[in-house]
Order: sequence, then structure tokens, then C-alpha cells
Amino acid sequence: MSDNGFEPRIVGFLCNWCTYTAADTAGVSRMEQPPNVDIIRVMCSGRIDPEFILKAFAEGADGVIVSGCHPPGDCHYFNGNFKTFRRMPLVEALLAQYGIEPGRFHWGWISGAEAIKWAQLVREFTDQVRNLGPLNWKRQLASKED
Amino acid sequence: MAGEPNNGKLKLGLYWAASCGGCEIAIVELREKILDLDAAADILFWPVALDVKYKDVEAMPDRHIDVCLFNGAIRTSENEHMAHLLRQKSKVLVAFGSCAHEGCIPGLANLFDRQSIFERVYLEVPSVDNPQGILPQPSYRVPEGEVEIPHFYNTVKTLGQVEDVDYYVPGCPPQPPQIWAVVEAILSGNLPPKGSVVGANEKTVCDECKHVREERRIKKFYRPHEIIPDSTKCLFDQGLICAGPATRGGCGALCTKVDMPCRGCYGPPPGVIDQGAALLSAVASVVDADTEEEAARIVGEIVDPVGTFYRFGLPASLLHRAKLRE
Repeated sequence: MSDNGFEPRIVGFLCNWCTYTAADTAGVSRMEQPPNVDIIRVMCSGRIDPEFILKAFAEGADGVIVSGCHPPGDCHYFNGNFKTFRRMPLVEALLAQYGIEPGRFHWGWISGAEAIKWAQLVREFTDQVRNLGPLNWKRQLASKED
Repeated sequence: MAGEPNNGKLKLGLYWAASCGGCEIAIVELREKILDLDAAADILFWPVALDVKYKDVEAMPDRHIDVCLFNGAIRTSENEHMAHLLRQKSKVLVAFGSCAHEGCIPGLANLFDRQSIFERVYLEVPSVDNPQGILPQPSYRVPEGEVEIPHFYNTVKTLGQVEDVDYYVPGCPPQPPQIWAVVEAILSGNLPPKGSVVGANEKTVCDECKHVREERRIKKFYRPHEIIPDSTKCLFDQGLICAGPATRGGCGALCTKVDMPCRGCYGPPPGVIDQGAALLSAVASVVDADTEEEAARIVGEIVDPVGTFYRFGLPASLLHRAKLRE
């Protein structure tokens, strides 16, 4: 719990074959991690439409994680993660123009064997977003014009 | 004028909010068909062409206008007031053109806010001569009394974000044959369900485009002024960012016909919520990169991603605008 009581809501889009498996392993191995990440399992990180990320922020997420299998060779579908690394730098550029702090978006690779790395990412990213404070995009849109 | 004769003709209203006037030109571009329009309809309100005052509209009974074609985005309190007034006075309210439909070019100002826009326009622009640093005030006292001008909003909104809209006609501007098709549909009473996009197609601009797609991969993206494209081949294949794959058809692929990449004015195709995200995916899918570093370098050269991917639809997009300062 932070000083001001703010607990961030983080959405994690994880690929079924690698990062989700790592998160699952981290859970059943009782690795210590904060409960702030709502995981959405997708079949492949290449399936993650940028619309998902924007929608998460628009609907109230304070941070978003995208994670899949290590390139080049880990992808269950051979090259789904190639689609991810071609797309995500543009998403980063987009979010920067929208004024969303870079610290609210993380994308990368965690294999099924890297449960420790997942738990560490959750701890560090949650701290980072907690320090950035609430994003509260909905409130911004609802603000009454003077 | 304020069309009181009950001659059975359609009562039509046209209004412009935050817009450039191009939608009005598009109606004049009906050419000789404008006479057919005049034969079929009485125009009760059209500020660009008729001397009708707001008070004349206020004096109309509710739902007096059969169809109101409302173009322009909601930038000021005046725009919003007219949106509410014309909703009240019209049976059918149509968001006409890209500004009313999805915010269009005025909506790109959503990357900024009122204060930064005022500072830029009234203080910083080199051609401005404003030594006293005067900025617009919503109200000002003069000897004769209080003068009021409309409030300038922080955020440009679409018509649909401030009022209940019956139909959307996309395009910057809507193409005259499509306008006529909409007018005919209204006259025949043959209208689709409320909330539909009318005067456009169900497929993308690519479906109407004559350039041949070879699905090439791209090592470098170009801006339109940097290359002269081959007019037979897909512009995307040649490294130009063309919004065709993420844009609703209906314009007849006018821009690509003259080798200009599609800019996206007809908005997202059916099933797509966020046009920019769809275009971003399309762009990323053609990047020829086998390493993260190379991919980041190629897409990093794209100038102004929001302005490119959301050129016509920022206010209607998922995030609507850039983050406001606290």
C-alpha cells in the first residue's frame, strides 16, 4: 500500500504459450507479487491489437503490460512475436503523443521458464505505476467545460 | 424563408459548426441536381446561403425541420448550443461530413488544450502583432454593457458526443453522388436503422482502389512529397502510408486515383472502433524487419504518428485527446 492509498490497476495481455505459463508458474510456486495485474490471456502476442491497449487506458487502466515469447525462435506460431515487435514501438510513439507517461506501458518477452522474471516485472512495474499515480482517463473525458 | 407554406415539401435545415465550409461546397457540387433538391425541399435554415437568424430557428415549433444536415465539429459553446437547438427543432439530425462524424482536422487540436492553442495563435505566431498579449475573453465590459462571445472548449467533440444523432454521412467532404443518394433515401423514406453510417460503403477504400497490391515488405516509409509513386502499383507497397486498409470506402478512392495515399476521411470501416489503431497495425504488418532494433528504426522514422493515423478521427477515437495538464 502506498502512502496515499493509491493502488494501480494494471492490465496484462499475455501470450498463452510463454508469459501466461510463466505467470501461472509464478502463482502456483507462491512467488511474492502484488495483486494489481489483471491478466488477459491471448493465444499469441501477435494477436494483441493496439486497440486493446488503447481501450484498456481509455477504460481506466493505470498501466498496461504486453508480453510474449522471446524472438526469434520461441513463438509457438513461428513469427507471431515478430508482429509484436514491429507494432509495439509505434504504440509507444502513439502513447507519447497522447501524453501517457512511458512508464505506464511495458512490452517485452518472458518465456514459460521465467516465472521469477515475471514476478519481478510485476513487482517493479506495479511500483513504477504506483509512483506515477492514477491516470484516470475517464475523468479527463468527463470533465465539464468551463 | 422560414418555410411556413405547408406545400408538402421536405423541410431541410443545414448548419455549420467548427468546419471549413467544404461541406457546403459539396452540396453546391450537386450542380444541376441542386434544382431537384430545391424542387423537393424547402431550405429553412442555411447560414452560408440564407439570411436566417438563430432567433428564427428558436421561434420554430419543435421538430419543425424534417431533416437537418449538421456539419462541423463541436469546438465552442455556440457549436454545442446549436447542436442542442437543432436537435430539438429537427425530426432527423444527420452528422454530415467528417467533422460532425468524427472530429476531422479541427479535432487534431485535441493534441493541445485551450491555453496552448491561445498562446500559439494569439501570441507566438510570427505574423501576430499583439504587444499587450490580449487573449479572447468570454465576456468583456464596455461602456454600453457586457459583451459575450462563445467559450472555446479544451476538447473538440463530435456531434454524436454532445447530441443524439440519427445518421452519419462520412467524408471530408462527403462526395456529391453520395449526398444525392442520401437525399433520395430521405425523400423515399427508405432509411436504414438509426445510428447507421449512410452515403458510404461497407468495405474499405482498398476495395475501390485500382492500384495492384503485391504485399511487399517495406524497409523505409516515405512521405508523399518524397517520391513519385508508380501509378499502377499499391501505394502502401511503395512505402507510402495509405489509410486505405483502415478506411471505409464510398469515395471512389479519389485520392489514390491521382497517386495520393488515402488520408482516411471516410472514417473506420464497419467493425473497427479505433481507425488509428487499425492503420497502425496495417503499417506495422508491412515492416520488413527481423530484429527488434531494425523494426524500431523503420517505424521510428514515421513523423507524427497520431496526426498520420488519426488525421480525421482523433475526437472519435478511443482516447479522444491527449492528456490534459493537471
